[in-house]
Formats: sequence, C-alpha cells, structure tokens
Amino acid sequence: MELLEGFAAGDEEAFESLFRQYQDQVYRWVLRIVRNSAAAEDLTIETFWRVYRAHARFDAKKGNYAGWLRRIATNAALDHLRRTRREVPLPEDLPEEGRTALSAEQAELRQKISAALNELSPKLHVAAVLALIEEEPYERIGEALGISANAVKVRVFRAVRILRKQLADAGVQP
Amino acid sequence: MNEREVNEMKKLLKAAVAPVGKAESKRDLWPSMLRRLSDGETRVPWWDWVLLAGASLALWFFPVMVPALLYHL
Repeated sequence: MELLEGFAAGDEEAFESLFRQYQDQVYRWVLRIVRNSAAAEDLTIETFWRVYRAHARFDAKKGNYAGWLRRIATNAALDHLRRTRREVPLPEDLPEEGRTALSAEQAELRQKISAALNELSPKLHVAAVLALIEEEPYERIGEALGISANAVKVRVFRAVRILRKQLADAGVQP
Repeated sequence: MNEREVNEMKKLLKAAVAPVGKAESKRDLWPSMLRRLSDGETRVPWWDWVLLAGASLALWFFPVMVPALLYHL
C-alpha cells in the first residue's frame, strides 16, 4: 500500500519497485495478445511509460493496480495491432515449451489460422486470442478492455463466426 | 452460433497456436525504461509546438509586432 501511495505521489523509487514487481505480468499479458517477444518487450516499456505519466490519476486507496496495468497494457497492444495489422504474421514467437517440429500439414494449418486471425479487427482479435487460445475468463478480458463480460462474449462469438467463414474459404473445417 | 462452435474453434486454434504459459522477458527491461523516461522528460509537448507555430504566424502576418516583442524581451 505504501508503495502504491508513493507511486501515486510521483516517487520514482516506488515506480521502479512496482516496475520490477509487475514487469513479467505485463510482458506475459501483452505477449498473449501480440505473440511476438520483441514487440511484447517494447509494449511493456510503453505500458509503464503510460502508467508513469498517469500516476496522479491512480487512486492508491481504491485502485486495483494490476487491473489498471492490464487495461493500459491492453490499450497499448491494441494500438500496436492497429499499426501493424496485416503486416506481421501472428504466431512466430511461441515459448520454447510450446514449440515442436511441425509437419507440412500442421504448418499449413497454422498459416491459414494465422491469416484468418489477422483478418479480424484488433478488438475482435484481442477478445478471440485471449478467450480462445489463452482461455482467460471473460470477466478479466472485459476488465482489460473496459467492457462487460457479456460484451466480451459477443465479441468472441462474432470473431468465431468470422474465423469459421475465413477458414471454410481456406478449406479448413473446425 | 453456440457454445459448441466456440469450443470447436478453441480446440482448432489451440492445436495450431500454443498458449503463452509462463513466458518471461529474456532481459532486464528497467534500463530501457530509464532511457524512455529520460527521453520523455526532454521531449517538447505538442502544444508548445502549436504555440510556437501560432506566434511565428502572427509575427509573419503582423511584422509591426516584432519591435513590440523585442521591447518586452
């Protein structure tokens, strides 16, 4: 609590402590959305830069710091997706444990799925990736996007409808 | 659209794209953060540029203001 009050008052040491405490959480959250470790590192810095500038708006007594961070990180990731949409294929930087040798068929499927996901608008993309691949609860995704859990569900359904169509056009049946 | 279709899509996506899991950044990000903070402190805010542009235009269109400005500096 003292740390959060210090941060809200503009104390740089408190900011550094909070940065060190939460940087991995923010990095992982952003990586879940952008699927690229270099971009996730840059966006972690961007998130904390936005957090630093907004310190005076944070209420240490009422505020949920982790939730606030996730919200800012999600906005930074959305801005990144809007800038880079259709430029970068989605899932290149997977964690080591998730990386296995792919058969030609699997690689083709992954390519088609990547292309279909990249066709989604950034807002649908975030909801789809977090809900369908990362299996984050709708409430938590809603908190990060500033919308209700029901609105997240609607976005996920819309994303699934678009993905089904895109994948069916590409010859993939879920 | 129903939950079954959502679950089918979930299964398909997860077969192709692994969840991130417990990934961590491979480097300490604090030095980059410090650089960003010091860059940010020296960056001139956009509204200062707007004010400067406004003042320059005013001096361009009303040059009689120049002696008055110099007198006040």
